[in-house]
Amino acid sequence: MKKDMWKRFSAWVNGTSEERGPLELPDTAVHHEKKKLFELSDEQKIRLFKAGYLAVAAVVCLAVVSVLLYTVFQLPLFGDPNNPAVNDVVERYVEKGLEETGAVNMVAGMIIDYRSFDNFVESSVLFLAVTSVMMLLLRDKNNISREEDIQEEHERIIEKEASDLILQKVVSMVLPCIMLFGVYVVLNGHISPGGGFSGGAVMGAGLILYASAFGTDKVRELFNMKTFKTVTSTALLCYAASKAYSFYTGANGLHTGIPLGTPGAIFSSGLILVLDICVGMVVACTMYGFYVLFARGEI
Amino acid sequence: MTIAFEMLLILSLIICAVSALMSRRLLVAVVIYMAYSLIMTIIWALLMSPDLAITEAAVGAGVTGILFLTTLKKIHALKGTKDE
Repeated sequence: MKKDMWKRFSAWVNGTSEERGPLELPDTAVHHEKKKLFELSDEQKIRLFKAGYLAVAAVVCLAVVSVLLYTVFQLPLFGDPNNPAVNDVVERYVEKGLEETGAVNMVAGMIIDYRSFDNFVESSVLFLAVTSVMMLLLRDKNNISREEDIQEEHERIIEKEASDLILQKVVSMVLPCIMLFGVYVVLNGHISPGGGFSGGAVMGAGLILYASAFGTDKVRELFNMKTFKTVTSTALLCYAASKAYSFYTGANGLHTGIPLGTPGAIFSSGLILVLDICVGMVVACTMYGFYVLFARGEI
Repeated sequence: MTIAFEMLLILSLIICAVSALMSRRLLVAVVIYMAYSLIMTIIWALLMSPDLAITEAAVGAGVTGILFLTTLKKIHALKGTKDE
């Protein structure tokens, strides 16, 4: 019994379960014999439905808008020193942040040092999302039909033969700047605005631009499934290991032995630079992975 | 001057939001949505959060729009991608 169920489950996952015949439904045709005196014609019914639909939509829309506006007017003023958000935690961040994390950019010090666990789980959420997209959209021999195969081949030919010259020239001029800006934002996350997520998103957008101008085959020479898997999992594991080390030493009152350096230098602020690079890698890979899985069904 | 500029931005934000809802063609709606994100980027920069501005420009105006467009192509909602 158990084995049978497992067999059926695996057949269902692989899509090889035998086709069911059409269901035999009982005859549901109802014969109207009597006709009511005041019956609306179909056209009138549709008109009535449309008017009612519009009225209900307007009422719901107005209700939601008024609730939202009421909430906005209940919010405390922007930048008011008596706001509830201005409390001991913020005071601690502002006063001791530079000293404790070594990051000039206080936002990076907050999200990658004080609250690095949040950031780790956010990166894991991205990783999980791309894994689910892969489960749904990755092409293999069990979930692809002959027609889709032919269509894919057509796309490949179109991509190769009918490439846009203007787009290619513009991309070859703009792309180095985009990638350099992305790397700059990642590496300077603890000094200037930005950080792992922003820089990674910029780099991922650059990869997508390159793929849409020159075709995904061209990108695959540099960035294929193997690099995708290696880079994302290594970055996440590196993040987890370095943060586990600092949690372990912090909880036991030990000295981490990681120098904070002089604030403002590129090699400063302890682990923030390493973690920024990890997050940037994960984000860039997942952004590109989303695009290429949606567009082509393979990385 | 700054206040007038901010008001102009917020007004165009509202116009973008409404016209994205009202537009009949999905492609136009996606492009308007990307313009919305671009205006939002300027507003973040004016509110002195440049890191959010960078993220909004890359994610909102770039990646999300492209993902929408690929999905529209995938479900054959764009002109010229329908199987004849």
